[in-house]
Amino acid sequence: MALKETPSQTAGPFVHIGTLPEIAGLKAKASERRNILARDGTLGERIRIEGVIYDGACALVKDAVLEIWQANANGQYGSNDFVGWGRAATDFKTGLYVFETIKPGATPYRDGRGQAPHISLSIFARGINTHLQTRLYFSDEATANAADPVLQLVGQPDLIATLIAQRDASRPVYRFDIRLQGERETVFFDF
Amino acid sequence: MSELTEFRPRDRNWHPAADTPAYRSTTYRAPRRSLLAVPQSIGELSGPVFGDTPLDPLGNDLIRNYATTGDAIGERIIVHGRVLDENERPIPGTLIEIWQANAGGKYRHVNDTYVAALDPNFGGCGRVISDADGRYSFRTIRPGPYPFPNEGCDWRPAHIHLSIFGHAFVQRLVTQLYFEGDPLIPRCVIVNTIKDPKAIDSLIAKLDMDAMHAFDCLAYRFDIVLRGHQATYFEDRGS
Repeated sequence: MALKETPSQTAGPFVHIGTLPEIAGLKAKASERRNILARDGTLGERIRIEGVIYDGACALVKDAVLEIWQANANGQYGSNDFVGWGRAATDFKTGLYVFETIKPGATPYRDGRGQAPHISLSIFARGINTHLQTRLYFSDEATANAADPVLQLVGQPDLIATLIAQRDASRPVYRFDIRLQGERETVFFDF
Repeated sequence: MSELTEFRPRDRNWHPAADTPAYRSTTYRAPRRSLLAVPQSIGELSGPVFGDTPLDPLGNDLIRNYATTGDAIGERIIVHGRVLDENERPIPGTLIEIWQANAGGKYRHVNDTYVAALDPNFGGCGRVISDADGRYSFRTIRPGPYPFPNEGCDWRPAHIHLSIFGHAFVQRLVTQLYFEGDPLIPRCVIVNTIKDPKAIDSLIAKLDMDAMHAFDCLAYRFDIVLRGHQATYFEDRGS
């Protein structure tokens, strides 16, 4: 290996300027609603994912940017009909983030076993020196989740629970709160 | 099958630790549990493609891209370099986003309360796609230093934030570049979240007189290195 990776630095409190300029207050160059992934003609169940991020003092993290990366409904990444990437900010007042997307299909693990439907997630913010990576799984996929190789590596049920988005009883809305510290600290991965 | 070749592990001792008490914002935002190491699968080895996305033709010209009445005020500079992987291969077609304060150290952001003036002709936001050789270039103004609340009042050296995607979820990188010779660099608590002086030096853009534009702007060189694949059968054969 000839070169070392460029080291990370925090995205800082003004991350929106470069990533979601309209939210920073800059005039839009183009209408880019990057938190909406599902378009006309996208196959799959339309879902909404929403939640907040808590810090170790149980305060809402209101200056974060989240990015998601997911397969399409057939479990394919980067297909022509579905980009599969999105970006959202936590709201400056409420702390809430929202994605409108489709539920991904199952994808293969390295050894060919199936992975439960999931969405990869990165978190950038002031006070986070290197972005955090985690995965979001779905509460209505209990059988697939139980067989998921990555959740099996997580192991303990109380830790797995931090990675499961909870489906609303009546609407296709999943709640996924992230905890940076504390008793129910979210599991973060080093891939 | 080459797409299933794993990337080299991230050297977490080269990157900053999560909890760096001198930078106080990390105190409540650094996870307490260790990161869980997990093998890379298709979702980590793939990533979004932006190379075909039409960008604003002024996307990499921050002197003009938000200008209304004239050029942005400040020291005119070119920031340029290459995006490479750890195996010294160029990374073409990757999106690079940058953001920065204006020449007075003020960000065009609804939450920036610093007393310095806004520049009506400066937005501080740029985007570009690396070319076939991994090269990229921005024209901008040198940002000013600015104070922030930390241990009382701390000062940030002049810096530009960078966001780079690479071609895989695990290559994603957000960082900051600094400018050669800035006396605030060694005093900065955010710079010093990185322990290894060589790692810090790799974030310092170097004055590049060969790339200056005569009677127009100075130039700084900043190469970006993203994670590279582990050696593979194909690479061993030298193909």
